[in-house]
Amino acid sequence: MKPATAHPAPAAKGADAPAKPRLTTSAMIASIAGEGQRTKPAPFGHALVECAKTDPSIVGMTADLGKYTDLHIFQQAFPDRYYQMGMAEQLLFGAASGLAAEGFTPFATTYAVFASRRAYDFIHQTIAEEDRNVKIVCALPGLTSGYGPSHQAAEDLALMRAIPNMTVIDPCDAHEIEQAVPAIVAHKGPVYMRLLRGQVPLVLDEYGYTFELGKAKMLRDGYEVLLISSGIMTMRALEAAKALEADRVDVGVLHVPTIKPLDTATLLEACAKPGRLVVVVENHTVIGGLGEAVAGLLMREGVHPAFRMIGLPDEFLAAGALPTLHDRYGISTDALCAQVKGWLK
Amino acid sequence: MTISPSNVSLERRAWNIRRHAIRMGEVQGQGYIAQALDIADVLATAYFHAMRYEPQNPEWEGRDRFLLSNGHYAIALYAALIEAGIVPEDELETYGFDDSRLPMSGMASYTPGMEMSGGSLGLGLSIAVGKCLGLKRKGSDSRVYTLFSDGELDEGSVWEAIMSAAHYKLDNLIAIVDVNNQQADGPSTSMLGFEPLAEKLAAFNWFVQRVDGNDLGAVRAAFDAAKDANGGRPSMIIADTLMGKGIPFLEARDKNHFIRVDAHEWQLALAALDERKPA
Ligand SMILES: Cc1ncc(C[n+]2csc(CCOP(=O)(O)OP(=O)(O)O)c2C)c(N)n1
Ligand SMILES: [Mg+2]
Repeated sequence: MKPATAHPAPAAKGADAPAKPRLTTSAMIASIAGEGQRTKPAPFGHALVECAKTDPSIVGMTADLGKYTDLHIFQQAFPDRYYQMGMAEQLLFGAASGLAAEGFTPFATTYAVFASRRAYDFIHQTIAEEDRNVKIVCALPGLTSGYGPSHQAAEDLALMRAIPNMTVIDPCDAHEIEQAVPAIVAHKGPVYMRLLRGQVPLVLDEYGYTFELGKAKMLRDGYEVLLISSGIMTMRALEAAKALEADRVDVGVLHVPTIKPLDTATLLEACAKPGRLVVVVENHTVIGGLGEAVAGLLMREGVHPAFRMIGLPDEFLAAGALPTLHDRYGISTDALCAQVKGWLK
Repeated sequence: MTISPSNVSLERRAWNIRRHAIRMGEVQGQGYIAQALDIADVLATAYFHAMRYEPQNPEWEGRDRFLLSNGHYAIALYAALIEAGIVPEDELETYGFDDSRLPMSGMASYTPGMEMSGGSLGLGLSIAVGKCLGLKRKGSDSRVYTLFSDGELDEGSVWEAIMSAAHYKLDNLIAIVDVNNQQADGPSTSMLGFEPLAEKLAAFNWFVQRVDGNDLGAVRAAFDAAKDANGGRPSMIIADTLMGKGIPFLEARDKNHFIRVDAHEWQLALAALDERKPA
């Protein structure tokens, strides 16, 4: 048993204690957007409404987190196609399977932790094994809450990747979410999509980017380092590449929003370029996510670049302010730059 | 040794708990303050009337256990732990900040007196079943108090534990459910209907009492009856509460999972409380 003293009592305030800025714990309703960043509100909710206008099979379902997954936008547009299931995640996904079996296309939302942990067997058996057309859309992916392990979905991708039939998507920004929603409607079969909600950053529109299910895309090329990333880490990787450029380090960024099935052709080609350090960057534990998926692919195919992984450590993450935690666990832009520079020495 | 009988009234204990909670809310500029205010009377009764514990030794084997299943109510439990002398009062200044022992969501490894890690709802009653079985197995007469929220009634796991506790005749379990009729998306009654709750739980072989959770006399009587008269059954206290209780402008505000409190209103809330200080 862990003693209650695992966390030490605060030391008495010394006169010369360093003045640290006090950051408040990032509430789960907070946006991931940085100060002054361009954003778009509720891209998932609005995109789903657009799809539902022409596809009457679409229904929305949630487990007491409609407001916190932007599904309330759908609820307002289609109140009679919205099912509030209460805070019952197992029921949510079992019922989604049933609706899908009757020909509907349920979009079922909750937080990533509660889908991947509380309801895993329900998703595995009633949705994936039966190959039901359910879209599982989950907020607070990876480390995007300061509330501690209960709300930090450090292992959601590993769990979902391991399920046969499951398509797994980790979008970067509002632009990508808008395009991913119609794409997963068009795809028949179970999908797990990580969700950013509220005021969602807009990044990829500047890169002339379009989302294609199953496709990785080179957002910028670079001959010294290749950052391979998904989700919000692509935003960070692009920032890091710019910062490193100022230090005369040439960095490419390959965005891999579809974690499963992997775009093996694009990955193998990009990683085969000689003399380039490959770094996979993920908002996920280093166990079982994009990093190990890419490493496994490269080993199997005999492609052996210098290879590093940046991801969350194999430990229960702390509670606190998100900027502090992203620095501590090495996934802030500054931490990315520092690690890459360290490896280039 | 247990806490010595004190001449501080329960009314005053509840008032102090509300005050500590508001001060923590002000420190962080956020927090589940409306829930803390609604449950303060239950916590005051648990910690200053019903439970056996040693403030200086929160892991004392002979203590009654208290499980906070609804971990987002941590701000309320910290306030009670401060009032009980288990957590020093000046630590409330650290509430929710990096490396504090008082994180916004309750976790066992962080805080003395916090017996489980919450945050993910619907876990507490299962742990309680195991603790009650373990205490009986050890021949201990300690009880397990478990607080959970009306939203947690939606989780199937809660009903598994409810059946198990009756099956094993866990008369050392006293559960309290906070029926504040609020969940994340709206009023509990509009989420997943659980009424008639008392009848349901009685049919599940629990000793059930339903009280106004903000009437200290009624809450105290319910805790007493739960200890004495459950006849080989686990005990459930259904506490109907009012979010924001004790601060009139918060009682009147639109009900919400995160009740709005503007930056200047924390001081107004303290002032409103100070006007109502009991003896
Ligand atoms: C298993 C689980 N599902 C969902 C959530 C997200 N969540 C946090 S609080 C909450 C509302 C639950 O109802 P209740 O505790 O009664 O809310 P309150 O009275 O505090 O408004 C929800 C859905 C959670 N913490 N755990
Ligand atoms: Mg409630």
